[in-house]
Amino acid sequence: MTAAQTSAHPLVAASGLTKRFAAPRSLSDMFSGHQPHVHAVDGIDLRIARGESVGLLGESGCGKTTTGRLLLKLTEPSAGSIAFDGVAIDTLKGNALTAFRKRAQLVFQNPFDALNPRFTIERVLAEPLVNTGVERASHSDKVEKALAQVRLPPLSRFEGLFPHQLSGGQLQRIVLARALVLEPDFIVADEPVSMLDVSVRAGVLNVMREVRATLGLAALYISHDLALVRYVCSTTLVMYLGKIVEQGPTADLLKTPLHPYTRALVNAVPVPRVDQSHEPLPIIGNVSDARGQPRGCRFRERCPMAVARCAEEEPPLRDCGQGRRVACHLA
Amino acid sequence: MASSTRGCRMAAPDMAARRTTVASGLASKLARLLRDPFTVAGLTIYAVLIIVAVFADLLMTHDPGEILFRANGRVAANQPPSAAYLLGTTNLGRDVYSQLIGGSRIALVVGFTAAICVAAFGTLIGLLAGYFGGKLDAILMRLADLALAIPFLPFAIVLAGFSRSSTTNVIVAVVLLLWPNTARVIRAQVLTVKERAYVEAARVTGASDARILFVHVAPNILPLTFLYGSVAIGWAILTEAAVSFVGFGDAKNISWGYMLQDAFVSQALSRGSWHWFVPPGLCIILVVIAGFFIARGAEDVLFPKLRS
Repeated sequence: MTAAQTSAHPLVAASGLTKRFAAPRSLSDMFSGHQPHVHAVDGIDLRIARGESVGLLGESGCGKTTTGRLLLKLTEPSAGSIAFDGVAIDTLKGNALTAFRKRAQLVFQNPFDALNPRFTIERVLAEPLVNTGVERASHSDKVEKALAQVRLPPLSRFEGLFPHQLSGGQLQRIVLARALVLEPDFIVADEPVSMLDVSVRAGVLNVMREVRATLGLAALYISHDLALVRYVCSTTLVMYLGKIVEQGPTADLLKTPLHPYTRALVNAVPVPRVDQSHEPLPIIGNVSDARGQPRGCRFRERCPMAVARCAEEEPPLRDCGQGRRVACHLA
Repeated sequence: MASSTRGCRMAAPDMAARRTTVASGLASKLARLLRDPFTVAGLTIYAVLIIVAVFADLLMTHDPGEILFRANGRVAANQPPSAAYLLGTTNLGRDVYSQLIGGSRIALVVGFTAAICVAAFGTLIGLLAGYFGGKLDAILMRLADLALAIPFLPFAIVLAGFSRSSTTNVIVAVVLLLWPNTARVIRAQVLTVKERAYVEAARVTGASDARILFVHVAPNILPLTFLYGSVAIGWAILTEAAVSFVGFGDAKNISWGYMLQDAFVSQALSRGSWHWFVPPGLCIILVVIAGFFIARGAEDVLFPKLRS
C-alpha cells in the first residue's frame, strides 16, 4: 500500500468521499425545517494502484456497498472527489462515461438476480459490448475469451439457455465473465461469493484470483468475510459506520489488529470445534445510529477501551509504520 | 476449484436436454391458457367476433340503414323473424340481423382501438413515472388521480355531447379515463423491477436510460400490459354501448348500443319485440365477458401463485 500510495498516479483515487442519504424527518424536524441525514460514507480516502487487490471489510450497513457504487459512478457523492486514472469521474457524460464504463466493472453479490431472466446467456454476455458500441464482428471472440477466462465451456454449450437453467456457481462465473468481456482495468466485487454454497465458493474465488493475476486487474473486494479477504487481497481497509478505521497489508492487519473494532472482528471468526467455548466479544451493544453528526470516535460506545478523550475528539487515520494506518487514540 | 469444474462438466449433457427457446416457452404458456375452459370460451367469442366483423359484408342480408318494403308496397315494419328477415325488422322496417352483423364491426374497432391505446398509453406513463421518479412521477400520478376521480359514464357522455358525437370521441373518452389503472399497476411493477440487480448491471455495463427502460425493464412488465389491455376491450365496448344507448352515439354507425336505444325509444319492450333487443344485448354481454375470461386465464399464467 505504501508503494501504491506514494506512486503519483494510482488507478483509483478517492478523497474526502462522502455520501449522505436523507433520513425520515420527525415532527419536530418538520417544524424546525431540519433535514436529518444518514452518513453512509463519511469522508473516506482510498487509493487503488494498477493491479492491486484491496479488501473492504465491515459489518452490514457500514457503507461498504455504497463506497463501491460511488467508485463506479452508480450513485453520486454528496462531497469529495474520485479520480479514475487521473480523470475526475463526477462530470463524465456521453462517450467519456461509456469509456469509463468499459474500464470499471462490477461483480454482483447475488448471481440469481444479476442476470436479466429474459435474456439468454449468449445475450447476457454480449450486452456490455452492445451497450458500449463495440463492433459486432468481434463480439463472439470476446465472449468466448471471457468464458475461457472464467473456466466455463464455450458458448455453444449455452446456446438457447436462460439464467434460471444454470447453477449458482455457473451463474456467478457468468456474472464475472460479463464483467470481463469489456476487458476492464478495475472491478468492484461486492460480496462475490456470499450467496454461493460453500462447496463452490473456493472454485469461484480461485477463478477470480487467477483472472486478476493474469489480466493485471485492480480490484476492490467488498466483504464481511475475513477468510475471503485474507485469501484474495493484498491490502485491507476496515470500515465502521462510514469511516475507515484501519488499513494495512492484509496478513499483518489480521494477525495483529490495532483498532479495537478490527480486533473484535478477528476474534468473532468462529472456530469449528464442538466444545467451542468462545471468549465473550470485546465489544458492547449494537451499531450506534448513523444519523446526525456524532462527536468523537464513532466506535466509543461499543469500545471496551474507551476513555474520556474518545468522546471529545475524533481520532484521525494516522500512520503507524509498515504501511499501516489506524484511527484510534489508544492504538 | 476441482469440485466446481467437475460440476460444470456434469451439468453439460443435461444442459442440452433442457435446452429451450423463447418460442417453446411461449408455447407452453399458451398450452396452459388453453387448458382453462373460461379462456377457451373467451378466445372463441373473440374469434367469432373478428370473423363476423371481417366478413360482415358477405353475412349481411340487407343494408342495415335501409327501410325495407313489402311486396304490397307497405313498409316492412315490426316483422317477426322469418326467412327473409332472419331476426325480424325494426319499427321503421330495417333488418335487425344485418344491423347486428354491422354492429360487430363497431364493437371490434372501438374495443381493440381503445384497448391498444389504453395499454400503450398507460404502460408508457407507468414506465416513465416509475423509472424516473421525482417530479415527473409526482406530476403524472397526480394526473392519474385526477382522471380516476372523474365519474366514468357522465364524462364520456359530456365529451360525446359537447363535441361532435362520433365513435372516435368514445374511444378518446375511454382512453382518457382508463389509462390511470394501467399506469399505476405498471409503475408499481417498475418500482420493483428497477431495484433488481440486473438493471444496475445494465447501467454499469454502459446501457443508456432508454435502453434500460425499453430493453431491460419493459419486457419484464409487458404481461401486465396485455392483462390490462384485455380488460379495457370490455370496458370500451360497454362504454360505447352505454353512450349510444343514452343517445349520444354516432348516428351514422349502427352499433349494438344504438340498436338498444332505437328499440327502447320505440317501445319495443312493450310491443314484445324480443327478436329486436335481445340479440344486441346478448352480443354486448358475450363480448365483454370474453375480455374478462381471457384476463382471468392470463392472470393464471402470469401469476401462477394465485392458483389454489
